[in-house]
Amino acid sequence: MATVVVVAGTLVYFNYVAKRRLIISTTTSLYDTGLLDEIEKQYEATHPVDINIISAGTGIAIEHAKNGDADVVLVHAPSQEKTFLEQGWGLNRKIIAYNFYTIVGPENDPAQLSGKTASEALFNIVQYGRNMPDQSGTTKIWVSRGDNSGTHTKEQALWKAAGYNYTEISKEPWYASVGSGMGDTLNVASQKTAYTLSDIGTFLKFEKEGTILSVALLTEEKSLLNVYSVMAVNQTISANQTYHESINYADAMEFIKYLISPETQQFIEDFGKSTYGQSLFIGAVQPLKDNAPQPIVQWIQDAAFFSGSECPTQYRSGYPELYT
Amino acid sequence: MVDIIGGITKALELIATGDPTLYGIVYRSLLFSGIAIILATLWGTPIAMVLSLKDFRGKNLVKALFNSLIGIPTVVLGLVLYLIFSKGGPLGPLDLLYTPGAIILGEAILVTPILVSITTSAIEAVDPEIMSLAKTLGANESQASIAVLKEAVNGVLLSNIASFNRAIAELGVALMVGGNIAGLTDVLTTAVSRYTARGELDLAIALGIILMVIVFMINAIVIMARKAKWLVTIWRRAPD
Repeated sequence: MATVVVVAGTLVYFNYVAKRRLIISTTTSLYDTGLLDEIEKQYEATHPVDINIISAGTGIAIEHAKNGDADVVLVHAPSQEKTFLEQGWGLNRKIIAYNFYTIVGPENDPAQLSGKTASEALFNIVQYGRNMPDQSGTTKIWVSRGDNSGTHTKEQALWKAAGYNYTEISKEPWYASVGSGMGDTLNVASQKTAYTLSDIGTFLKFEKEGTILSVALLTEEKSLLNVYSVMAVNQTISANQTYHESINYADAMEFIKYLISPETQQFIEDFGKSTYGQSLFIGAVQPLKDNAPQPIVQWIQDAAFFSGSECPTQYRSGYPELYT
Repeated sequence: MVDIIGGITKALELIATGDPTLYGIVYRSLLFSGIAIILATLWGTPIAMVLSLKDFRGKNLVKALFNSLIGIPTVVLGLVLYLIFSKGGPLGPLDLLYTPGAIILGEAILVTPILVSITTSAIEAVDPEIMSLAKTLGANESQASIAVLKEAVNGVLLSNIASFNRAIAELGVALMVGGNIAGLTDVLTTAVSRYTARGELDLAIALGIILMVIVFMINAIVIMARKAKWLVTIWRRAPD
């Protein structure tokens, strides 16, 4: 009897005394840089909502949403987002920001990546890896997220673009897959004096904190573009014929509107500027409206538009003001 | 290079200045583990009493089961509970995933085997004469069982402390069913993992220091309790 009372009391206290919850499942890069913490603070100050951020790779973020365990997903893997929309899990996608990936590595740059294009850089890494004296698998020259995240998805695309078969490359002895977030992966790469692909935001933060020794080696180019999007999770999930009443769709849409407002877009662009000397993320809403600056807008459209739109009409539900 | 000395200095500063983020995490850790132990005691003690005082078929099998579950990997339990608490899962409608309630329930389940095993041994170690003596003096079955439990109080307390130790130091369950949400479900272990991943090492170090201090203190209490049995004295003075 006492057990039941305590269990029930605990559950009721923690679940129903609290404010309305909005669960955001997000990629580690947005979270680890601290950007979302700031957005959360500002949003909660003006809205009667309790934002709960679950930080994981894009792959897990999308899984969470499929299970009905998130209300909003904030991710950066257009190919996965496309499937997510097509299968009916997500709605009302908006591209909110972009930045660039870079390959980071030890300062003495043994594989000579500095100033190369992404494809040339990967070629050099393979050559260097295959010609290392130690082929036992103890010495690693490349560290991969290996967690199905947006960054990992981009890495696979880059290997393919460079003319390699990813499955085979990932089995070579110089290749390490860590299955963790960006921060952990940067730490591992730095400790092992290896190279890794990183979004510029997380890298700049870690460089500033002084926890890693790596330096950024590549310059901005089309293939390294990194586009962040937001989607609301669909309450009526057609794939398994269920309706998740508990998914907080209304607040999810309010939050999406907040993210794309000019004020928040400006805030995203200013975030970290004074600390790191450059924007970690650049707002994408106004550039897409203005169709400028080029060629970046064209790159965004090539990389992250589906059938010529950031969200084809069949994946929209209400809220037409999002797309005007 | 990672600045270890600088990190520790900043960590001590955070501890000394009562940093609200830091102490929020400490508070949640103590609270969640504490409630989890209370829950586990409430359902674990009756199980232990049945296992030690009653005879039934398959009793040794049940005991062996509890014993082997002591070492269950926390990530496995975390995964199982995630699947159960997930909105797509059997307990989805309760809306428990990523709430403190989920961590508390998860940790209570995690420590139940330790609690039951130690308590069972403690009760079994009590002289069986006490049971019959109590009955001779007119006690009924449950009153007699309570009398035995009181004799085993040292072991019961030990089981609580060991359980608390396990709960506060585990990572898998809290991470997977709690979601490590800042200010709501982040506890000492998950926060150490988060701040390390975010490169904010001073907070990670401060939390690590506090976690170690808590665990050491608990172990010190166990050692002292075994030596001086002062906990037992306090227990006995408490009104029934």
